[in-house]
Amino acid sequence: MNLTKCKTIDSLRFRITKRFGTKTVLQDFALEVRGKQFITLLGPSGCGKSTALNIVAGLIPATEGEVWIDGGRIDHLPPEKRGFGMVFQNYALFPHMTVFANIAFGLQLQRRPAAEISERVHQILELVQLVGYEGRYPGQLSGGQQQRIAIARALVLCPRLMLLDEPLSNLDAKLRVEMRAEIKRLHSSLDLTSIYVTHDQTEALSLSDCIVVMKDGVLIQAGSPQEIHDQPINVFVADFMGFRNFFPSRVVAVGPEKEVCAESPGMQLRGRTQHTFTPGASVVAAIRPDDVVVGGDAQSPNAFRAKAEIVEYLGREDEAIVTLETGGRLWVRTASRLAPGENVTVVLPPERVIFFPQEEQKGPGVIP
Amino acid sequence: MRRSKTGEPSELDLLAIFCLLPSFLYVMVMFVYPFLYGIYLSVHPLKADGFSLANYIAFFTDQYQYKTVGITFRIAVPNTIMVVAVSLLFAYNMRRGIWMERTITTILVLPISLGVVLLAQGILGFYGGKGWFNQFLLGSGLLEEPLVLTHNFIGVMLSLFMQQFPFCFLMLLGYISGIDPSIENSARTLGANPWIVFQRVMLPLIAPGLAMAFALVFILSFGTFASAIMLGQPAGATRTIAIAAYAQAFEMFDMPYASAIAVIMGLFQLAGLLVIILLRRRMVMAATMGVGKR
Repeated sequence: MNLTKCKTIDSLRFRITKRFGTKTVLQDFALEVRGKQFITLLGPSGCGKSTALNIVAGLIPATEGEVWIDGGRIDHLPPEKRGFGMVFQNYALFPHMTVFANIAFGLQLQRRPAAEISERVHQILELVQLVGYEGRYPGQLSGGQQQRIAIARALVLCPRLMLLDEPLSNLDAKLRVEMRAEIKRLHSSLDLTSIYVTHDQTEALSLSDCIVVMKDGVLIQAGSPQEIHDQPINVFVADFMGFRNFFPSRVVAVGPEKEVCAESPGMQLRGRTQHTFTPGASVVAAIRPDDVVVGGDAQSPNAFRAKAEIVEYLGREDEAIVTLETGGRLWVRTASRLAPGENVTVVLPPERVIFFPQEEQKGPGVIP
Repeated sequence: MRRSKTGEPSELDLLAIFCLLPSFLYVMVMFVYPFLYGIYLSVHPLKADGFSLANYIAFFTDQYQYKTVGITFRIAVPNTIMVVAVSLLFAYNMRRGIWMERTITTILVLPISLGVVLLAQGILGFYGGKGWFNQFLLGSGLLEEPLVLTHNFIGVMLSLFMQQFPFCFLMLLGYISGIDPSIENSARTLGANPWIVFQRVMLPLIAPGLAMAFALVFILSFGTFASAIMLGQPAGATRTIAIAAYAQAFEMFDMPYASAIAVIMGLFQLAGLLVIILLRRRMVMAATMGVGKR
């Protein structure tokens, strides 16, 4: 058996709506996946991303909608007939079976000969670097090892689609980074199609070919990690992608290259946008803490006097909250050391300031 | 003895002993003493001076007495299997919650609140010769003669089932719904249909709870007394070992002999427990090691 010759899907597309009672968890959530991609569903808890994954897996029925794979409709199929591999947040290994029996489970159900089973289990254990653990029980393994076994158990069946439901959330920070690299390695070396659910933007950015940002059961933005990172389409996505500073403002003028000049209480802000604004429109300006220049030229545009308030030492750099002379507060990150109470000049480089349309009530800062 | 970090005996220990005292005394007075006294009594028959096994010998040589063991087994074993099987069926299918779950659970559990006597009266009234059940069957023309469902073996089984099912069901429901649903979900995605999931994944995980249910129900059934009197034939077909002990104590006024019968009953219950534990071990030989971490 050669794992790299697993037959994966050419296309997956679905459009689903899910209601629990009167609560709508997914509203007409549609997606089309072509070829061997790594798709991430990203959103805060309760946004419906796990529900969507479970519906694709067949573990939860959709209220309305369809799931198609390579031109065949599969939403009426029970999960065991779909041939997908799934990895769960809490590993979901069979606690009463050894590592070998856990991985061999699916192969045994396919009635493969014993010799083939043990060969394939051995190969997959090599792949996840856990050879020698065949006789252990899940309870005797660490969290990271358990999750690698869970991944191996799904991979050994050559799934045509891998579904991963927050597989790293139960691991500690260090292991999470290691396993993230591991998943990336497995995905690219096996040429798989994967759908990955997470609420962690770093995981999404580092793993994905395509990120789908969700909120309240609705698709907000889909695109490459670069797109999502550099050009979030609204305040929600921006907030999720680490834009921590938001200034409600009013448009004064819009230039031909979509450069925006706007007025926030006590300050003039310049920046860019992808949206079409007319002067007078209510907008929100956003910038990441690491894009703020501390100690810049006081004469440049978007330069403000400020006073450091809270300074956190993060090793290579400091993270600080500074109070602007005009009243607002600003998160900054800087390699130059700051002291609480210190007066500084902060510059918000116009090419780093993005303007978004004013959102509904749930404004910036709702998502931690 | 637990010690504090300095190596001194912890003061907590004295306090703990003091707090334990009331329950310790209670168990000694209410359980250990009567239990030991019963054993002592059983080997000191009325007709003999000092130690003698005469009562035990008498029980196992008198057919009228020793056949109560067989009768009790014939009631307890099928009843235990039926109660646990039906409870498992309900509890397993209700493990993820069902429509109207609270109402259904309440109805299933209601008999607990009634007590044996009221329940027995109910069964007599409903399933008796002139009860609604037979009236309905006769009236609808399904039957010519009424079914005899009380004052026999069936009556006792009905009563025991209704008393023990709620306990057993609740226990198993708690046990099964405590198993992480993603375990069975992962089995499904690996290609197992619901039956294989039950057989190969869930059953081994439920096994410890199932063994517990078997043990409890068996012990309760083996000691059946009130049901066997009120709904059975206490002089014949359903003369259980508990009835035999009662008769010796309060009809023959032979307390030592009655104690001997009670001890014999306890030994059979222990033997039943042992069988259940052994069966469980065999069933899930492998399961014991990894269950700690889910």
